[in-house]
Amino acid sequence: MGRTRRVKMDLKKIKSDIEAAIPGCRVQLVVNGSPSGQHSLLLDREHALEVAKFLRDDPGLHLDYCSNVTGVDWLDTETSEKVKVKQLVEGVEQEVEEVRKTRTPGYLECVYHLYSMEKKHGPLVLRLRTRNRTDQITLPSFTPIWRSAEFQEREIFDLYGIVFEGHPDLRRILMWDEFEDHPMRKDYVEPNDYEYEPTPHDAVLEKSRQARAIEGQG
Amino acid sequence: MAKGHLNLGVTISWLTQNFLDCVQPSRVASGTVKMDPDLKIELGRQGIFTTTLEELYNWGRKSSVWPLTFGLACCAIEMIATTMARYDLARFGAEVFRPSPRQADLMIVAGTVTKKMAPQVVRLYNQMPEPKYVIAMGACAISGGPFKQGYNVLKGIDRYIPVDVHIPGCPPRPEALMDAFITLQKKIEAQSLTGAERPRHLNADAPSEFVVPQYGAHDLEPAKNVKLWNIIYKTAANGPNTTGEDGPEKD
Repeated sequence: MGRTRRVKMDLKKIKSDIEAAIPGCRVQLVVNGSPSGQHSLLLDREHALEVAKFLRDDPGLHLDYCSNVTGVDWLDTETSEKVKVKQLVEGVEQEVEEVRKTRTPGYLECVYHLYSMEKKHGPLVLRLRTRNRTDQITLPSFTPIWRSAEFQEREIFDLYGIVFEGHPDLRRILMWDEFEDHPMRKDYVEPNDYEYEPTPHDAVLEKSRQARAIEGQG
Repeated sequence: MAKGHLNLGVTISWLTQNFLDCVQPSRVASGTVKMDPDLKIELGRQGIFTTTLEELYNWGRKSSVWPLTFGLACCAIEMIATTMARYDLARFGAEVFRPSPRQADLMIVAGTVTKKMAPQVVRLYNQMPEPKYVIAMGACAISGGPFKQGYNVLKGIDRYIPVDVHIPGCPPRPEALMDAFITLQKKIEAQSLTGAERPRHLNADAPSEFVVPQYGAHDLEPAKNVKLWNIIYKTAANGPNTTGEDGPEKD
């Protein structure tokens, strides 16, 4: 008897299994370079629900337990690189350094951690990404596959603003219904109520100054 | 005892001199009737119990302050511990925790007040009949505590309702809550029933209900009760070292 050792998931095999079972779906292996080495699978939005169903029902995998759902906000990133370009300067061809900026649009990401109670393996980490951070922010809901995702998807809807299609009861769960912002987004601006700060310092000192300036006007 | 005996002769002669004052007590400027406390003690030694309506009334009020059964977070566990046998808040007359705000005198705001919870807290306070008192228990209830820089926690319940006693601590120990309770009893005891300083329930002009904040698009609306805020923080906000700019060398 003794303790059953948890088997680490063979992501490459799972990836090929998924691709064999669901034609046309695109699965990408997202490598985690940290010592934990917890790599994950990035699914495409169109086939995600089918893939989830496959992962749950496949007799070899049988991932019957979704332990955790979380959101990540990835801002637009701008990378600049210096490139040497040949240019004509005063009739003479010279090599000139040019800075090229590439802008990668941001997206909202949803991460699922799946385990199998029966097979005692896991976690399998799934990722889903929205098209952007502003208007195309829908992802398929996995609540019909794993009931445990219901409240966590509601929380992600509340705090990150990802809209889950197919969720049975998509309402805010922590903030009130009239609230419009998504506080866990990186560009969230919190209300300034730092008018009274007995011992402000650092970030609070700055906020306190702003609040008192507004207070002074009002 | 020895000291008391030595002083007795002196006090009695003094007593006879002041006895007329006792029968016809001198009126203080505020309109309240005050009796010399030494005289009262001395009369007590002679077997004469004297009191005033004000004292009797306040003694009754302070000795049976019924708190509302109301807890918000971990401080509530300490509040419960305070009422149990080991600390026994019943010794101070507060053993009856009322499950209805209509029957409660004291609201112990025990724990983090989230912005989502704040309207309900204010509404419960409004539903309590006068005279009513508030103890803000713990770092969160008095200022937001460790969650102060979060988006979802109210930075002190005194933004919406008047607080009589603030207790710091995270959470405060039962002794701290008992100290706050005794402080509140002292406050009740010292309240005069007439004059400008009379408590709210005897002043028809003083507000008994406070504005219940509404859920807004970005924050609670209003973000604070401005009238209440001005009373509480006007002196504090104008005081030294509130912005961190004025060091002690400037003063």
